Amino acid sequence: MAEMKKVATRDSYGRTLVKLAKEGHDDIVVLDADLSASTKTALFREEYPDRFFNCGIAEQNMMGVAAGLASMGYTPFASSFAMFATGRAYDQIRNSIAYPQLNVKIVASHAGLSVGEDGASHQMCEDIALMRAIPNMVVINPSDDVEACAAVRAAYAHNGPVYIRVSRLATPVFHDPSAYTFEIGKAEKLTEGFDIAVFSTGLMTSEALRAAVACKKQGINVRVINVPTIKPLDEEAVLHAARECLRVLTVEEHSVIGGLGDAVASLLGEKMPTPIWRMGVQDRFGTSGPAWDVLREYGLTAESITAKIMEIVRTPKPNEE
Amino acid sequence: MTKQEVLQLKMTATRVRMGIIEATHGARSGHPGGSLSAADVLTYLYFREMNIDPQNPGDPERDRFVLSKGHAAPALYATLAERGYFPVQDLPTLRHLGSYLQGHPNMNTVPGVDMSTGSLGQGVSTACGMALAAKMRGQDINVYTLLGDGELEEGECWEAFMFASHYKLDNLCIMVDVNGLQIDGPTSQVMNTQPLDDKMDAFGFNTIVCNGNSFADLEQAFILLDRAHGSGKPTCLLMRTTKGLGVSYMENAVDWHGKGPNDAEYEKAMAELRTAYEQLEKEVERSNG
Repeated sequence: MAEMKKVATRDSYGRTLVKLAKEGHDDIVVLDADLSASTKTALFREEYPDRFFNCGIAEQNMMGVAAGLASMGYTPFASSFAMFATGRAYDQIRNSIAYPQLNVKIVASHAGLSVGEDGASHQMCEDIALMRAIPNMVVINPSDDVEACAAVRAAYAHNGPVYIRVSRLATPVFHDPSAYTFEIGKAEKLTEGFDIAVFSTGLMTSEALRAAVACKKQGINVRVINVPTIKPLDEEAVLHAARECLRVLTVEEHSVIGGLGDAVASLLGEKMPTPIWRMGVQDRFGTSGPAWDVLREYGLTAESITAKIMEIVRTPKPNEE
Repeated sequence: MTKQEVLQLKMTATRVRMGIIEATHGARSGHPGGSLSAADVLTYLYFREMNIDPQNPGDPERDRFVLSKGHAAPALYATLAERGYFPVQDLPTLRHLGSYLQGHPNMNTVPGVDMSTGSLGQGVSTACGMALAAKMRGQDINVYTLLGDGELEEGECWEAFMFASHYKLDNLCIMVDVNGLQIDGPTSQVMNTQPLDDKMDAFGFNTIVCNGNSFADLEQAFILLDRAHGSGKPTCLLMRTTKGLGVSYMENAVDWHGKGPNDAEYEKAMAELRTAYEQLEKEVERSNG
C-alpha cells in the first residue's frame, strides 16, 4: 500500500468547526475545559473568540452550561478528553443533555489506547459503552480525516445530542473526499469478500484494510465494513454481511465490553446467530508507551488482525461442517 | 408592596402549599418538606418578579427559572398550576404512571418548566448557560435558579459559581433555600456548608441574606438584584427558611424530606392550611373595611 497522508481526527474536528462558522452558522458556540490546544477547539477560539468559552478544569459544569445554551437555541460543541468528557461528566450528559434531548454535540479527543504516553488514567476505552447506553444519544467514531470532517457536519445538522470520538494520533486518510458521503447510522463496505466479515471502527479501520490486503495475498478474501456510527447501528449492513460471510470479526480501539463488538454480537445473537470474534481491549486498563507500541502490545494492529483472521478461517464455516 | 398585596401573596402561597399536599398525597411519595420551605419564594417569583406569560410558556424573551433542587418539583408544579400553566386538578397525578408530572421536573412534558432537573448540582450549571446565552444575544432576561443548602455539597455547584463570576453573569440569580436539613439530618452535622455568606462573597457574588419565608424580605432582596445589573457580579440570595413550613407536624422534621402524607396526615395538613387561608381572608376583609 502506498504511503498515505496522515491526519489526526482531532484536527479534522477543529478545522470543520471553523468552516461551519465561516459558512454562517452563527448558532455554534464552543466550550472546552482547559484542553483547547489538544482538542483543537483552539482553532475555533482564534477565529471566533466571542463564541468560545473556556470552562476551566470543570467538565461537569461545562456539560450543564452546554445544556443551558442549547435550551436557548444555541448549538454548543463541548470538548475535552474522552476520559473526562464521558467519565467525569457522565451524569451531566445523561440528565442535563440526553434526557431533555438538548442539541449538544460532545466531541471528545484522546480516546482509546492511542493516547500513548499518558497511560491508563487517560486512555479511555469505555466511552463508547457509556454513551451507547444513554437513550437519545448518537455515537460516532470516525475512521479518518475525511470521515471525521463529514461526521462533525452531520452532527451539526442532526437535532439532538451526539457524541463523537476523535483521536490524538495521526492516522492514514484512506477516504477519497470527492467520492465520500457520510450519513448517521450508515456503515460502509470497503472491500469485497466472502471468507469473513470484519466490522471495524475508528482508527482500527485503516488497520483492518491493511489486514485485508495481507490476507488476500494468502488467498483469503476479507470483507471490511467500516462502522462510523456505533449507535444507531446499521443493522441491515451487519445482518447482510453476516448472512453472506457466515463469520464475523469486530475490531475496535475500545473495550470489548459495551463497544462495537458488543453491539454487533447482541444484534447477531438475537436475529442471526453467527460465529463472532471480538478484537479490542480485553477488559484491562491501558499502559504508557508510544501509541503504536501500545497498540501492538494490546494486539490492535494490522498484523494482529491478519493473524486473527487466518486463525478464524482455518476453522470451517458453520455450513461446511 | 401594600399590605393588600402581601396578603394576596400569602393567600397564593397557602394555595401553593395546598397543591404540594394534594400532589404528594396523590403520589404517596415525593418531597413535601423542601417543597413547603420553597413555596413562598416560588410564589413571589411567578406572581411578582419574573417576566413570564402562562399563555405563552415558550416565549423566547421570558425570564427563566431552573429548579436545581429538582426534588421540590411539587412546589414548582403547584406554583405553575396556580399561575395558570395547567389545571390545578392535575396535581394529584404527580408521579403516576402516564402523568406528565414526573417525579422530577421534565421540560419536555410540563408547560412552564424551563429545564429538566433532579440530579443535584446540575441545574445551576444549566442556568449559567442560559444566562450566558442571554448576555451573548443582548437579551434583557433574568435567569433564576433555586438550590438547597444540602445541594451545595455537590462540587459542581462551586464549578458553576466560578463560571458565573468569571463570565460576569449579573443577569443570574442563585437562590439558596437554607432550611438547614437534608435527608440524613441537619446539614451542619451531615456535611457543614456554612459560612455560606463568606463563601459566596469569596466566589465573587453580590450576596444577600434574607428570610425566604418573608415577602417583605424577598421584595427587598429582588430590588438589590435589579441594582446588581451592570455590576458584572452574579447575585446570590441566601434565604433562611423553615423546612415543612405551613404544616405543623412537617416543620423542621427531617423525616418529612421524602415521603408523602397518608390519608389522615393529608386531612390534618389540609385542615391546617384551610384555617390559615380563612384567617388570611378575614385579614383581607378587615384591611378592606
